[in-house]
Amino acid sequence: MALSSAGEMDLSHEGESKGRDPVLLSILGLAVVFILAHAIGVLPSWLVRLPESWIPPTAEVLDVVFAFVQNDLGLIHLTRFIAEGPLEFMLDATANLLYGKRRWPNLGPIPWTAIAAAGTVLGYYLGGWRLAALAGGTFLWTALIGQWDIAMQTMSVLVVAAPVAFVIGLLLGIAAWKYTWVDVVIKPVLSILQTLPFFTYLLPAVIFFKVGPTAGAVATIIYAIPPMILMTTLGLKKVSPEVVEAGKMSGSSRFQMLTQVYLPSARTEILVGVNQVIMLCLAMVVLTAFIGMPGLGAKLLAMMGSFKLGRSFEIGVTIVLFAIMLDRLSKAWVVKQPEHHEKGTPWWKEHAFLLAGLAGFVVFYILAQFIDVFTEIGRRQSFSKGKEIDTAIKGFLALDGVRAVTEWLRWFLNVKVLIPFRNSLLWIPTSAFILLIVGFSYWLGGRKSAIYAAIFFTIVALSGWWDRSVITLYTVISAVIISMLIGIPMGIVAARNEVWAKRILLACDTAQTFPSFIYLIPAIMLFGVNDVAVVFAIVIFTTVPLTRYTIEGLRTVPLEITEAADMAGATRRQKLWSVQLPIALPTMAVGFNQAIMFAFFMVIIAAFIGTQDLGQELQRTLAGTELGKNIVLGMNVALMALTFDLTIMAWAEKRKKSLGLD
Amino acid sequence: MKLKRILSAAAMTAVAATGAVAEDSSDPIVIPIHNWSSQIVMSNVVGQMYEEMGLNVEFVTTDSQAVYESVRLGDVALELEVWEGAFGASFREALSKGGLHDAGDHDAVTREDWWYPMWTKDACPGLPDWKALNDCAELFATAETGDKGRYLDGPVDWLKHGKERAEALDLNFTVINAGSAAALWAEIGAAEAEKKPVLVFNWTPNFAEAVWPGEFVEFPAWEDGCDTDPAKGPNPDALYDCGNPATGYLKKAAWDGMEGKWPMAYCVLTNISFTNPQIAEMAKLVDTDELEPEEAAEEWLAANRGVVDPWMSACSG
Repeated sequence: MALSSAGEMDLSHEGESKGRDPVLLSILGLAVVFILAHAIGVLPSWLVRLPESWIPPTAEVLDVVFAFVQNDLGLIHLTRFIAEGPLEFMLDATANLLYGKRRWPNLGPIPWTAIAAAGTVLGYYLGGWRLAALAGGTFLWTALIGQWDIAMQTMSVLVVAAPVAFVIGLLLGIAAWKYTWVDVVIKPVLSILQTLPFFTYLLPAVIFFKVGPTAGAVATIIYAIPPMILMTTLGLKKVSPEVVEAGKMSGSSRFQMLTQVYLPSARTEILVGVNQVIMLCLAMVVLTAFIGMPGLGAKLLAMMGSFKLGRSFEIGVTIVLFAIMLDRLSKAWVVKQPEHHEKGTPWWKEHAFLLAGLAGFVVFYILAQFIDVFTEIGRRQSFSKGKEIDTAIKGFLALDGVRAVTEWLRWFLNVKVLIPFRNSLLWIPTSAFILLIVGFSYWLGGRKSAIYAAIFFTIVALSGWWDRSVITLYTVISAVIISMLIGIPMGIVAARNEVWAKRILLACDTAQTFPSFIYLIPAIMLFGVNDVAVVFAIVIFTTVPLTRYTIEGLRTVPLEITEAADMAGATRRQKLWSVQLPIALPTMAVGFNQAIMFAFFMVIIAAFIGTQDLGQELQRTLAGTELGKNIVLGMNVALMALTFDLTIMAWAEKRKKSLGLD
Repeated sequence: MKLKRILSAAAMTAVAATGAVAEDSSDPIVIPIHNWSSQIVMSNVVGQMYEEMGLNVEFVTTDSQAVYESVRLGDVALELEVWEGAFGASFREALSKGGLHDAGDHDAVTREDWWYPMWTKDACPGLPDWKALNDCAELFATAETGDKGRYLDGPVDWLKHGKERAEALDLNFTVINAGSAAALWAEIGAAEAEKKPVLVFNWTPNFAEAVWPGEFVEFPAWEDGCDTDPAKGPNPDALYDCGNPATGYLKKAAWDGMEGKWPMAYCVLTNISFTNPQIAEMAKLVDTDELEPEEAAEEWLAANRGVVDPWMSACSG
């Protein structure tokens, strides 16, 4: 109780001091003056919107720079060499093995039964019968539903991209840990990479690495590297001095120190990085369908393009199953410590699982030569229930109750909330808008965050895409507010009960691994092509982290404190508001931050519903070759996202410190 | 698979034995596929024809606008569906840069314009005449458009000039751009349950005709120059006051180097000419019968040997 009241006092105290802060007051005061001046029409027009002539031709300059790097410096020859040489070779080899593309080594396709058998044994080795069932079940489902070939097209890129991303990430991580300057250079680059919309990864990949799987693989690799670097550095920094001492005492060379001492000690963090690499690769490999990657993503797009809800849904399920399988298997690998056999164990016993896997593989490989369905299940034999699911979804959407609710929501949100909100944001003069954002950052994050906010939003204003940036921001803010109204109460209720918390967290996981653009069609069918559908599609995504971190945050409240509150006779409500929530707030802020990042990600995808924001322009650049414009737009999204990221994280840090949680 | 390979080997030796034509290269002919079914099936049909001739074929998925750049550079060898309305501009641009050429028209014609599913007509019997639109505008109104009607146009980058047309013809409609083809179908699909009148952008040949029977709105007939000369069309002061051409072309395009590298395949390509019903049938096999594109192509070929065999035999002699 003492802690919490201290925290509360601290909070109110902070609020008061902030309220009187002259810097904050003058920033906000200036913003208000600008707004009022604009309202009575006396604000100079250059403060309302930057005049066209002030906008530097960033996109054109970037295009020239890229043309120079690409052609005059000959970078394109290097990248094309990589694309057509080693990378294409690896992709071709896996493509041959997994789905029989006619390339070296001309052995494939490996029958699905053989892969399923080997996968099941691997699952058993890593996590007992449960993971065996998961792995085997995933492969079985994929084959039976008639998606084996397209799933393997996706996997053939994944099995190349993930290891490459792992190696590059590991090396860069080691470099960043070893040399401070690398760390200094790499940090901001990583932050930008993590907030850049994926459309911005795609176009340069196409230009430098040729349309198709190679570009897809490159974009996937770049997308997946950042967490690997971060986790490697984190792990290496944590290695305890005693271990290092021991290594030095036994006279290890520097290379030995690295490979025998540091890396094994950082094993857990590195493997967590591997897990993230795999998950990000899977997410991205689906999205690369936009630049001609065949596989699950491409099929999903084609199915959506011909209005096949049921089949799209089934592909979504396959992707989720693969994601869960890869996630659980790699996590099991993190937990599993290396086994050490006694000397004299016969070699077949040491390698029992490897042998069992091989045996299963060989047996089914041979069987498949005689039994056709063991090699391939065609559409006619598959168990796809596409049409039935279609009917079910359409039937649900046509229910009178559902109709009435969505009609009302569409009217209320559009006419009463979203459109007025958008119009007023667009009405605010650019100068006042930037000041308001800076004020917000100053209030939450402090001076440093405010300076970043000022720089970042000024760049956005100078990009010449201000109105579209504001519309993007409007969608993000609306979606995040709505998902807070849904996600936080849901988290609070779920956190009361362990069983429910588990169930909700599982639902969160599933909702998140579902390929994001699958939500677009139901959103349109419920609300039509307009902002409500866009916001709805984003809300499905952003509610997840809010719920999750609310649950996590409330769970971390120390038991002593809640008990103390009980003893002090606090009601359930008092306990929640004055004890639990203040302590959980820093953790919830992380969820809030993630929600904003997800919203920036999803708002770009929502261009497929129909928007007038940066996403729409970004989508248009994909078809052409306007690399400069693509990057300018991408940077706008990244800079806005980063402003919020830096501000909220700075606030969470401060709170954690003042609560003594860190 | 094995059997097919043996057969194609036999076909190849047969051709080689006649010795009448220059040998086609054994490099794979790369055929681009896009994200709509008729094009995917048609590409597979042609691919399987080439395979029967003993050639190697490979498919790559590409963007349907960016593909002309790839054809021009020889990254892909040909393009089987060049729509006048949708891809005419990209095609002509690539044509002027050089590297690809027109490989002849299909028999099929294409059309794209404002369209409505049949149930709309029950509520607004004056259709398909465009003059009926203003009387029915309220039927198409939604929460956001007030008493104005709502027309869902294709994505902005398809450049369909819906807004300009609504203004030029003084239509009491708000034009909204969908973000993708999928968004158009979702909108029709959502209206289907209640048979709510909707007006959306659509085109033919297209799978949607089979799912939702419907009609195009009959705007003032297209005149050449309607998009550049205000005098054309009923409104003397505005552009885009006509409907789109009702019989647009559907072309094939080929990389300039294709004829030299695969003379026989190129010859077959120039002979190919599908009709509207044939294309609709290809789309139906995938969209309604739920076959995979390769299976649909096999099935279509088996049922239409009489159509394709002459194209092939005309080139092997």
